[in-house]
Amino acid sequence: MTDLTKLTLAEARDGLAKGDYTSVELTEAHLKSMDAHRNLNAYITETPEKAMEMAKASDAKRAKGSAGKMEGLPIAVKDLFCTEGVQTTAASHILEGFKPEYESTVTSNLFGNGAVMLGKANLDEFAMGSSNTSSYYGNVVNPWKDKSGKDLVPGGSSGGSAAAVAANMALAATGTDTGGSIRQPASYCGIVGLKPTYGRCSRWGIVAFASSLDQAGPMTKTVRDAAIMLGSMAGHDAKDSTSAPIAVPDFEAALTGDIRGMKIGIPKEYRVDGMPEEISKLWDDGVAMLCDAGAEVVDVTLPHTKYALGTYYIVAPAEASSNLARYDGLRYGQRVMDEGDSLDDMYMKSRAAGFGKEVQRRIMIGTYVLSAGYYDAYYNKALKVRRRIYQDFEGAFGQVDAILTPTAPSAAFAIGENEGDPVKMYLNDVFTVPASLAGLPGLSVPTGLSASGLPLGLQLIGKPFDEETVLRVGGVLEGAANFTAKPAGQEG
Amino acid sequence: MSYILEGSTGPWEIVVGLEVHCQVISQSKLFSGASTKFGNDPNSNVSLVDAAMPGMLPVVNAECVRQAVKTGLGLKAKINKESVFARKNYFYADLPQGYQISQFDKPIVGEGTIILDMPDGSTKSVGIERLHLEQDAGKSMHDQDPKYSHIDLNRSGVALMEIVSMPDIRSPEEAGAYLTKLRAIVRYLGTCDGNMNEGSMRCDANVSVRRPGEGFGTRCEIKNVNSIRFVMQAIEIEAKRQIEVIEGGGEIQQETRLYDQRLGETRSMRSKEMAHDYRYFPDPDLLPLVFDDAFVSEIEKELPELPDEKKARFMRENGLSAYDAGVLVAEKEKADYYEVVAKGRDGKLAANWVITNLFGALNKAEVGIAESPVTAENLGKLIDLISNDTISGRIAKDVFEIMIETGGDPEKIVEEKGLKQITDTGAIETAIDEVIAANPDKVEEIRAGKDKMLGWFVGQVMKSTGGKANPGMVNKLLRDKILG
Repeated sequence: MTDLTKLTLAEARDGLAKGDYTSVELTEAHLKSMDAHRNLNAYITETPEKAMEMAKASDAKRAKGSAGKMEGLPIAVKDLFCTEGVQTTAASHILEGFKPEYESTVTSNLFGNGAVMLGKANLDEFAMGSSNTSSYYGNVVNPWKDKSGKDLVPGGSSGGSAAAVAANMALAATGTDTGGSIRQPASYCGIVGLKPTYGRCSRWGIVAFASSLDQAGPMTKTVRDAAIMLGSMAGHDAKDSTSAPIAVPDFEAALTGDIRGMKIGIPKEYRVDGMPEEISKLWDDGVAMLCDAGAEVVDVTLPHTKYALGTYYIVAPAEASSNLARYDGLRYGQRVMDEGDSLDDMYMKSRAAGFGKEVQRRIMIGTYVLSAGYYDAYYNKALKVRRRIYQDFEGAFGQVDAILTPTAPSAAFAIGENEGDPVKMYLNDVFTVPASLAGLPGLSVPTGLSASGLPLGLQLIGKPFDEETVLRVGGVLEGAANFTAKPAGQEG
Repeated sequence: MSYILEGSTGPWEIVVGLEVHCQVISQSKLFSGASTKFGNDPNSNVSLVDAAMPGMLPVVNAECVRQAVKTGLGLKAKINKESVFARKNYFYADLPQGYQISQFDKPIVGEGTIILDMPDGSTKSVGIERLHLEQDAGKSMHDQDPKYSHIDLNRSGVALMEIVSMPDIRSPEEAGAYLTKLRAIVRYLGTCDGNMNEGSMRCDANVSVRRPGEGFGTRCEIKNVNSIRFVMQAIEIEAKRQIEVIEGGGEIQQETRLYDQRLGETRSMRSKEMAHDYRYFPDPDLLPLVFDDAFVSEIEKELPELPDEKKARFMRENGLSAYDAGVLVAEKEKADYYEVVAKGRDGKLAANWVITNLFGALNKAEVGIAESPVTAENLGKLIDLISNDTISGRIAKDVFEIMIETGGDPEKIVEEKGLKQITDTGAIETAIDEVIAANPDKVEEIRAGKDKMLGWFVGQVMKSTGGKANPGMVNKLLRDKILG
């Protein structure tokens, strides 16, 4: 029998349908792989019993002839999604031991469609980070190694999800993306990551980081897998006022492989100073592949791109500072209090002990930019710039169907690198943040290797709610790049 | 007739603006499906949203929006078809989210007006600055345990309308009239029950003093006063405190103060330096609140006749004075009662009976109109008995006393007690003859020109008939017999 963990989601789906193997077998294979790769620390909580139960139930369901779109497929769930009865930590000490009495809409949709949960994937604390080093439960290790042999970061914040998929510890994983948290780790781990349009997937039951930016999406081995999984995650949800009341298309059907006559925009502002040669080349190669497939490449301008990172690091912390106010030690999670302490003492002690350094930094930044006397200079101005950034894209999409950029300015770096310099760390998001601010869909597809043998991804940005075009172009790019490299030990 | 406080250095005028929180009447909370029912066990009306569990999101309750628009229309205010919910950030144990969802720079209702009905029958107009929707907080209970405070989240997330007046109020009486009128309007509309003692209507007063004609002084905010009477007291006491401070060479510091009704003083609660920085920003979990003209006009169609319109109608159609009409419309139940009594009858006579006799008796018994032992139908019948000469006005008062005590039907009371007016000429003549026969000297005096003595005879005849003789007939027959 083939190694079931090396299947793609689509292959496993078809194999299950044909009866080549059962969900129980698929699930067992992945649980075994999780055991073998525990050193990567990709999961905060493994749920083998739940997985086996779900797999058995799924096989029974299939036997009755009622298989869902994700029937029997074992996946990892980023530990930012609330899962009923299963500890949900957001990788924070402050939520340690918290077991929700409710299931997030996205996981509920996935499980409703038959998906099997293997466990809760590690992430940066409250999804704040680009390296997965801010998790209270320890950093995730990228399954890829460069020539130095050092442990590398998987990217972040959905680093556990990305590592789990890259190391075949899950067929696919849910991620969330606020400024690049799906796309950047996908690029670092050599997998596909899709951040859908803001409003495509419900945010209900996802621990909030920055409400106007957070969006759930699939992290998968292939573009087709992303299309399948997104179709199962998405949909309007009356419980989320920002969820879009529009129908979910058949994303897989969009993968026609035909992009002839399509116009692909190349934004000159993304060719930033000091861009590594290999990133530049990766991008040029991508352009060539799309041209070869019959697309027309058009230069576009997104003049406010240079303000995007600064804008993001005002808007996101501002919202976070308010969203994280509910973690006060009162109703759930960690409470630190000594005899005779006042309410304020309890707040300060619980939050000081419960939140890590990066989270505290962002709460402080966010509190500052919303403060009386600074609001107009920072937050209000950031909202105005955000509007301009959106308008830039609107203008560009008057001429093109999708935009191609690199996903990240570099390949994965060593754990510990950039730690002392938060601003340098924030620069990892420079190419992903603009689409987040504009609420647009962005897909990262692995298309090449760096000089040191690490995966690199290209990003496709689409029009609002036009994931179909992004996936279609992404599918073509994937086929042309024929990225078959795998981390050591995972070679096909 | 302006209200002036005399200080040791001259006259002072007071300037007051009121912020009133009205709990919206709705089945469920502003952003969750939990019940708003009052008096349930602690923490039994709490949804995951109200408890601010991770990942929970607010969804606005359309009924609360309709109620706010309705109230705005009742305040003759501008309805903003696009408004924005904003987060007001602060930490407190009874605020689970760590922020209150409120409205900041884009409230649902803009400027409007309230007409005050003053006790002397005059009116005064006070501007409304805005009305916005916001969540209520939970309740902290500090008396349940020697060491810990307890929190009840039943109220957490219930919809409030904060109604902010312009600083147009110039006396404690005007503040009282403002609150009375505002309460009447929301009760007429059915958007808030207006019960200050249950906390469903709460008032903060911004008070400052100035020399007549000068610009505004520095204000202090008196928080959470829970009755109209206490608001009036607190304003006067705070104004006097401020005058004393200024006249003593001091300066008023902008601050939040508490009114202690027991000690009759206001106390500093929070200075300006200690004031929270609420870091308002648009709530990213909620889209801007947008509705169209059709939504507003649907609500407009449901509007009941409001106190001002009712008052004008009573004056126009029933010939009532502004004062009487104002008293009657102050509570919708009172106005409804009056309308039943006045229907098909003399409106002024009906108003007299309702205001002087009924309200007088109810006040004495300390009961509201809803508990009145006399139904409007029965009071109407009593007036009919007077109008059709079945009983005299004097007897009617006795009958009314009985009605207040027993709640009985006036027709039956008159029947059973034999109070029917004597309109039989023979019977009245007999009574007159007896009085004339007993007082020949007084008869002579009248005949000698002392007409006024006739009244004495009328009184004697009424007395001898137990008040039942028709006074008009007595008068006429006496005149005929003595002066004939």
